[in-house]
Amino acid sequence: MHFQLTEEQRALRDGTRELLAGRFGRDALRAAVDAPRLDRALWRELGSAGLFALCLPEAAGGVGLGLPEAVVVFEEVGRALVPGPLVATFLAAGEVPGAASGEAVVTAPYGGLLPWRDAADVVRGDAAGAEPLASVDPLTPLYRLPGAGPTPWRATLLYAAEQLGSAGRTLEMAVQHARDREQFGQPVGGFQAVKHLCAEMLVRVEVARAAVYAAAVTRDPVEVAAAELLADEAAVQGARDCLQVHGGMGFTWEADVHLHLKRAWVRAELGGSARDAEETLAASL
Amino acid sequence: MDLTYTDEEEEFRARLREWLGGVLPALGPKPSPGDWPGRRAYDTGWQRRLYDAGYGDVHWGASPTTRLIFLEETEKAGAPYVGANFVGLLHAGPTIAAEGTAEQRARWLTPILSGQEVWCQGFSEPEAGSDLAALRTRARRDGDAYVISGSKIWTSHAEVADWCELLVRTDSAAPKHRGISWLAMPMDAPGITVRPLRTLAGSTEFAEMFLDEVRVPAGNRVGAENDGWRVTMVTLSFERGTAFVGEVVACRRVLGELAAHARKSGRWDDAVLRRELALLAAEFSGLWRLTQWNVSEAQVSGGVPGVGGSVFKLRYSHARQRLYDVAARVLGGAGALDTGQEWTLDRLSSLSYTIAAGTSQIQRNIVAERILGLPKGGK
Ligand SMILES: Cc1cc2nc3c(=O)[nH]c(=O)nc-3n(C[C@H](O)[C@H](O)[C@H](O)COP(=O)(O)OP(=O)(O)OC[C@H]3O[C@@H](n4cnc5c(N)ncnc54)[C@H](O)[C@@H]3O)c2cc1C
Repeated sequence: MHFQLTEEQRALRDGTRELLAGRFGRDALRAAVDAPRLDRALWRELGSAGLFALCLPEAAGGVGLGLPEAVVVFEEVGRALVPGPLVATFLAAGEVPGAASGEAVVTAPYGGLLPWRDAADVVRGDAAGAEPLASVDPLTPLYRLPGAGPTPWRATLLYAAEQLGSAGRTLEMAVQHARDREQFGQPVGGFQAVKHLCAEMLVRVEVARAAVYAAAVTRDPVEVAAAELLADEAAVQGARDCLQVHGGMGFTWEADVHLHLKRAWVRAELGGSARDAEETLAASL
Repeated sequence: MDLTYTDEEEEFRARLREWLGGVLPALGPKPSPGDWPGRRAYDTGWQRRLYDAGYGDVHWGASPTTRLIFLEETEKAGAPYVGANFVGLLHAGPTIAAEGTAEQRARWLTPILSGQEVWCQGFSEPEAGSDLAALRTRARRDGDAYVISGSKIWTSHAEVADWCELLVRTDSAAPKHRGISWLAMPMDAPGITVRPLRTLAGSTEFAEMFLDEVRVPAGNRVGAENDGWRVTMVTLSFERGTAFVGEVVACRRVLGELAAHARKSGRWDDAVLRRELALLAAEFSGLWRLTQWNVSEAQVSGGVPGVGGSVFKLRYSHARQRLYDVAARVLGGAGALDTGQEWTLDRLSSLSYTIAAGTSQIQRNIVAERILGLPKGGK
């Protein structure tokens, strides 16, 4: 049992983080918020880096890696808040022409919502009766569907991985701010009330990480459900606590905190209903 | 990201399972919580059987993964847990194994594993709880012995212990963390008075201990004189890091029993209750995987567990309290008030989890300061 990342997995994580920092760093993120659109050039670059073809067999032109590696990569995607229907396109690789290479943008209805419909080349699944809504997340345009359709378990897992990445990032942002910001003549991170918020954020991240990684290995539906709930909690509560640690700055459009919180809310829906996950877990007892 | 066990580990698991299947049915009933001599005999008797069957070294010496399998399987089979010698098996022993001299290891380790000697922990004092380093119990050097005076409190299982892992102040002029030493004190030494304290659950799990000019040979000091704080950190990392592994497995079993009970009584149809059980299932599933994560990390780093133990302890102690709060709802009004129900007693004892082995507030300080690097000190 070597549960930690292998050397290859760590290299994959670091490489992805570096690629995204260069290609979709903070300036690019804020530019995207100011003028939301799907960046086709970025999409193709992610495709040629192998992001969408990661789990396709090498014989089919893919990278031939497994779900644990996909989870490592999607954690980075979540950290960086990369916009677009990445999960649906990833799952379409090998089935929809152009998806694997990043030539095609594929979306799909998950959890009663259809993200990025207007930007997508292909909509997989039944999207009849889709109505646009004013999405809370500036970087995820959404349509609402009449029924709350299911989310395939692989999508649930990948959204959980994104939540994990986002939770890790908001923890870092909170800790950084707590160290830098001074009040009463000391860094606010010296106050226990703030320290304890940060400590609980870390605990949630660590539990969610163990659950998400384990689910990627076992593919057990019960563990996927547990990973979904724990990662949603880590991301949503983590973003809220990060906001609190930032004080008034946390309530501004300018700070990135709200982008994490809003995306976490959106992913929590796209990743499948919490009620379904809970019933899966209850039935397993 | 690999969760598979090696062939040898799986063989170990299979052999252990078979052995447990053979011996457990013949095991007598558990003594009542108030019967301390009975509890000691029962727990050490079980330890003796483990030792005779070749499972003595799982608590130290064996790899962290082997130990995990041992705790998982014994718990799943419903075997007795470490019980009265919790301290000896889970933290004093591992500390001596890591920090003791060859002579000390030879003297103390086998009697722990073979169920002959029971240990207790004399760390906390009336004026030194969370601020453990403020401890005042004084040890004066007199020839080849220390002469110790002071008092300890919350000493679990002191009534039946043969040895005590004791923290004493050997240099009162030094800064508080630099004047402490870690000693093994024989509990039958003259000058020790133990006064049992009754817990809110009714039984006497811990005691006050008064020390009046107690002589302890200097050779019983583990680690250098005045270097006891470092040794204490080793003890605490075992206490927080690995001591709860078996309990997570036990909690998952209880969760299954709660669901079965609720299904039978009809409470399962209550969607709110079902949801709480589901959330606990997610919680303990995550905690089990976090346990494996920590064990896997210990397997690589070898030896003493890291501050990751505080992360686990923090989350686990609250999860355990939630578990037994939900158990009370499963039992329903009257059942939840009936201490004849095991779950009601467990609910009471769960209240200690966010206090013992360092309170949750202290664990949060540790996580924030030592893992996240936030400024030290508490305002
Ligand atoms: C069942 C049980 C068994 C035990 N067994 C043993 C044993 O065998 N041997 C042994 O030595 N000890 C044992 N203990 C003692 C235990 O380690 C202490 O109770 C614990 O460390 C807390 O110390 P205290 O009780 O003095 O509380 P205090 O330290 O007085 O704490 C009171 C409150 O103040 C808070 N607080 C204190 N300092 C801070 C701070 N810096 N920041 C924020 N909040 C703070 C605490 O979190 C707590 O809520 C046991 C305790 C229990 C409940």
